[in-house]
Amino acid sequence: MVMSYLKKLYAFIIFFFLYAPIMVLIVFSFNESKSRGSWDGFTLKWYIELFQDRQIMSALYNTIVIAILSSTIATAIGTAAAIGIHNMKQFKRSMVMNLTYLPVLNPDIVTGISLMLLFIFLKIRLGFLTLLLAHITFNIPYVIISVLPKLKQLNKHIYEAALDLGASPSYALRKVIIPEIMPGIITGFLLAFTLSLDDFVISFFTTGSGVSNLSITIYSMARRGINPKINALSTIMFVTVLLLLIIVNKRMSKTNIIKE
Amino acid sequence: MKKIIKAVVAMVLISTVIFIMTGCGQSKPTLKVYNWGDYIDESIFKDFEEEYGIRIIYDTFATNEDMYIKIKAGGSDYDVAFPSDYMIERMISEDLLYEINYNNIPNYKYIGDEFKNFSYDPTNGYSVPYMWGTVGIIYNTTMVDDTVDSWDILWNEKYAKQILMLDSQRDSIGITLKKLGYSLNTKNVDELEAAKDALIEQKPLVLAYVGDEVKDKMIAGEAALAVVWSGDAVYMNWENPDLEYAIPKEGSNLWFDAMVIPKTSKNKENAELFINFMSRTDIAFKNADYIGYSTPHIEARNLLDEDLINDPTAYPELEDLVNCEVFKDLSDFLREYDKIWTEVKAR
Repeated sequence: MVMSYLKKLYAFIIFFFLYAPIMVLIVFSFNESKSRGSWDGFTLKWYIELFQDRQIMSALYNTIVIAILSSTIATAIGTAAAIGIHNMKQFKRSMVMNLTYLPVLNPDIVTGISLMLLFIFLKIRLGFLTLLLAHITFNIPYVIISVLPKLKQLNKHIYEAALDLGASPSYALRKVIIPEIMPGIITGFLLAFTLSLDDFVISFFTTGSGVSNLSITIYSMARRGINPKINALSTIMFVTVLLLLIIVNKRMSKTNIIKE
Repeated sequence: MKKIIKAVVAMVLISTVIFIMTGCGQSKPTLKVYNWGDYIDESIFKDFEEEYGIRIIYDTFATNEDMYIKIKAGGSDYDVAFPSDYMIERMISEDLLYEINYNNIPNYKYIGDEFKNFSYDPTNGYSVPYMWGTVGIIYNTTMVDDTVDSWDILWNEKYAKQILMLDSQRDSIGITLKKLGYSLNTKNVDELEAAKDALIEQKPLVLAYVGDEVKDKMIAGEAALAVVWSGDAVYMNWENPDLEYAIPKEGSNLWFDAMVIPKTSKNKENAELFINFMSRTDIAFKNADYIGYSTPHIEARNLLDEDLINDPTAYPELEDLVNCEVFKDLSDFLREYDKIWTEVKAR
């Protein structure tokens, strides 16, 4: 009895500390005053101002477009690379894997500065394209790392069986291997998407004039204080993700019931 | 699974199309402006675009050093930037700025003469002041009963654990040097050592070394005394009338943010057009009114709220500023400041 009570308390404390900051942020997005030190009454003005703020809106747009494009492209490249690496000989595979791990272990700032220097050296004007290339670059290793374990679990006889039954290698790849490793691909895609969404350091160095993402825009407000418009934006993003999760969970549990 | 793949492909296609579409139709000339975050009334962009047909691309930075890296490294092409005093000095000495043709900026005459010819730009050839202010002490009158007119109060044990210091090496070491009667641009190692000892002596009394959150803490009454910038002090006093601001008699830091044209600019004349536009009375007023910092623009200042014009926090008498100094670029000597600040913070 006491134990179960303690267990619940423990879980409550964990969730409290995880979500309390977000709750505070949401509450203060409705604060009339710009300061977090005082509560001057309820208002929706920050939400209205948010949608009129050209800078934040274009930053949001850049962030989302970059996240979608870079994670999709990185997933395609990363999955192909993972399948290739999986079929390599032992020595070659471990060498390529080490090369893949290196950018993951490398501090972001080193990646950021070296990419910036590379782009400047190649005389590519810093901007949307370089930002996208940089995001694809740092996303690829994460996709490879999430797809490879699925390939290891894969029974290689399934592929051989498909070939025996007359499938061409590319047909077997599309119909047998890809569906089998799909969970790994989706994990890789989501990981790449979130990493791209909240990357600051690499973006800071690889973007040029006129293109900035949300993390850069928010960081640049540090001297004058974070504008409550950002609270409003974060609230909208949090609620959107929450709703998406609820919908996905609902649908998952529905299909599970049908399967049973 | 197929559905997911299809959805993903569709999303990519749609976003690419949107991207390409927004990429087109930008035949209008553009001007790239690089400013501090939340440091302009963004509605003025529209005015500028309507009047001159030049589209403004606006980016923001958080520190002078961030901006410096972007401009120094190349690869960017900003036309107008807003660095602070010591950074302007450094950029001039590294030949990163264009000399401004003041014939293209007739509105320069509205900038008060007392804001020209400072050490960071002694010939006034490279910069047009945008905002200015001081560093001082903000105190809560319900918690402090001594008169606040000296930095010494930050060393008073009566206020132990009620003092907030800035987590910024130049500012914190600077005011300590001022308290000891030295210049805040000193390159004398002995004077710096004395400042270090004073800061270490003060450390047990300090509640926290803070950045931007100082505003919320002071408004909420969490501390009695804090070192702040004057522009923020105006805002804090507005939110909590118990807070008063004082510039200590030993002197303090006087700072400027000014508009400059980096050498990355591809169209210097449009940049000058923009600077002139920013110095126009109605526009300078809009910005000063939105930001709440002190404007060096005389006509714009007169349009401001009566209370603000007469507020000595925002617009102190010039004789109060006699002992104040502008930060100078310390170049390599900055390492000594780094070292001292690390030692203080590590205690």
